[in-house]
Amino acid sequence: MSKAATSKECVAVVGVGQTKHVAARHDVSIAGLVREAAVRALADAELTWADVDAVVIGKAPDFFEGVMMPELYLADALGAVGKPMLRVHTAGSVGGSTALVAANLVAARVHRTVLTLAFEKQSESNAMWGLSLPVPFQQPLLAGAGGFFAPHVRAYMRRTGAPDTVGSLVAYKDRRNALKNPYAHLHEHDITLEKVQASPMLWDPIRYSETCPSSDGACAMVLTDRAGAARSPRPPAWVHGGAMRSEPTLFAGKDFVSPQAGKDCAADVYRQAGITDPRREIDAVEMYVPFSWYEPMWLENLGFAEEGEGWKLTEAGVTELDGDLPVNPSGGVLSTNPIGASGMIRFAEAALQVRGRAGEHQIADARRALGHAYGGGAQFFAMWLVGAEPPTS
Amino acid sequence: MSAAAEAAASPPGVLRAPLVVEFPFTRSLGPVQSAFLTGLRERVVLGVRTTAGQVMVPPVEYDPVTAEEIRELVQVATTGTVTTWAWNDHPRPNQPLDSPFAWALVRLDGADTALLHALDAPGPDAVRTGMRVRIRWAAQRTGAITDIACFEPHEGPADPQGAPHDGAFAEPVTGIVAEARLDYTYSPGRAQTAYINALSERRTVGERCPSCHKVYVPPRGACPTCGVATTDRVEVGPAGTVTTYCVVNIKARNLDIEVPYVYAHIALDGADLALHGRIGGIPYDQVRMGLRVEPVWTEGGRYPDHYRPTGEPDADYDAYKELI
Repeated sequence: MSKAATSKECVAVVGVGQTKHVAARHDVSIAGLVREAAVRALADAELTWADVDAVVIGKAPDFFEGVMMPELYLADALGAVGKPMLRVHTAGSVGGSTALVAANLVAARVHRTVLTLAFEKQSESNAMWGLSLPVPFQQPLLAGAGGFFAPHVRAYMRRTGAPDTVGSLVAYKDRRNALKNPYAHLHEHDITLEKVQASPMLWDPIRYSETCPSSDGACAMVLTDRAGAARSPRPPAWVHGGAMRSEPTLFAGKDFVSPQAGKDCAADVYRQAGITDPRREIDAVEMYVPFSWYEPMWLENLGFAEEGEGWKLTEAGVTELDGDLPVNPSGGVLSTNPIGASGMIRFAEAALQVRGRAGEHQIADARRALGHAYGGGAQFFAMWLVGAEPPTS
Repeated sequence: MSAAAEAAASPPGVLRAPLVVEFPFTRSLGPVQSAFLTGLRERVVLGVRTTAGQVMVPPVEYDPVTAEEIRELVQVATTGTVTTWAWNDHPRPNQPLDSPFAWALVRLDGADTALLHALDAPGPDAVRTGMRVRIRWAAQRTGAITDIACFEPHEGPADPQGAPHDGAFAEPVTGIVAEARLDYTYSPGRAQTAYINALSERRTVGERCPSCHKVYVPPRGACPTCGVATTDRVEVGPAGTVTTYCVVNIKARNLDIEVPYVYAHIALDGADLALHGRIGGIPYDQVRMGLRVEPVWTEGGRYPDHYRPTGEPDADYDAYKELI
């Protein structure tokens, strides 16, 4: 067999589409919501439904909206009739893993052009209820995700000696970045650092303004092979590496502050992409930060800082839009959180950066960008690294 | 389920209890479903015409063949033909009829696809594919599929049909509430049953992994790292160390706990990972990592009500940092 037939096909992102994320889209059905993102991604790629060979869709647990297997009902809205359609589910990381499943179908030459999409319509659901079912014999102590993650944030602060102001710096930065992103949910024009720091403490040490909103939204991408990229009317983003890792929610020795699965996932992506110094070689990062303290935590977990040093990058302004490692130029999950779509938005925003199509939140000369997602009890990780140039090997 | 299967699913001594998952989901209808359901309220059945000219009832937003957006609404008849059916001898709660009925697919006159609904008939001998039926409207209609109470046999002519309709109605229905309920029987399994039974004697019993020797509390019956069964029971505690915590300041609707309270991870002495509990007997703002605590039981409580300081000196960080 020739080398060309055995090596992986290069994967390019040629279309990106998002809805304007908001608290409630009462004007559209779930089908109408996903359709809007898909149509925009196809328009960006200047392709039609007929050009798509397969559809890969992701969302968070079914009972967030109570529509069992929504992919069945969405096949016609996404032009999937007569084509393969797959649904992916890995909790909050699902948007990332969905994009990777789609990318792998192109890389493996199973399909040439794949539409991938993720969504959540949180206004029709109740995630806090969905995460706090009344399981018999268990002691109800907590409701929702904030209380679950807050003790881990405290553990990070204790381990690293980070001052308790770092979380508010992240929230203030991401909310200002969101003002430059027309698709972001929160547009807090009057945001100040003082307002963030004065917001109520919900799950001490996590403040209200350091938590993500509840959003309705969808994100879609068109992935294609080299031939498809050559026909693309706009610059593609090339996938240089992608990986997923998992670990149990709870096990003896689990490091919630810096989970091993996250480290392994990042190392795999960097190996594929030939990255040896992520801090210097990556120009922009879209990481999954649902609570502000996860920025410094993930900076360490993803190898951008030594253990215990992540908060120093945040504090020094390195992760600001004009810093030398901008993190979440889009405003991130802290500004937009349609749960199932949030991971894909990270991946898509990374692609927009290296395509030079991020608009007002564009990082100048971004050549390589990392998209990151995590989910469950910090147990599922999905990441990709995209570049402005095609991979060389 | 057979008696044997029932026994296999529920070994003697393993706890079981009902778990009801229910929630009133809301649905935004979008333009097509809004017109369809509002139409039912007005005794009008609307279909949508596809690119190929077929009329689909219920209508959809996107063409099932071409994926194009389709919005051309058509009024179809309230009479139709059964295309297939199944007899339902034991109606369940919230089904359209209380007495036995047929689930039928009905192609309304003027439509090219069939709608699923209940057909009121005296028995299965009275139902056949090809029989003529008509809608029996509910007396109270709100803009929901239940505005069609059911179908009933009909020996008259077909209603008029096929007129274009703009889908516009006064006070359109734009959303519905879909009450969802799932009834499960939950069993925590062998290992957690033993754990829960020991709690009733105010003892905390975990299980040790025979491979990595870690002690799991609560036990899950298997070690998630080694993938082997854990059978060796180990009593831990009663005292333990707060490894980390948060102060909860928002009251959860479904929890009867006054705020603020401290939600802590507590590594009981002898356990290799922390369990979760509430800290009391100390002002919430004086709780700290390393605090030594012990359980406080209340009469009839399955779990310790909370944990309180033992009065011992705080544990050294190095002694518990691997358990955070």
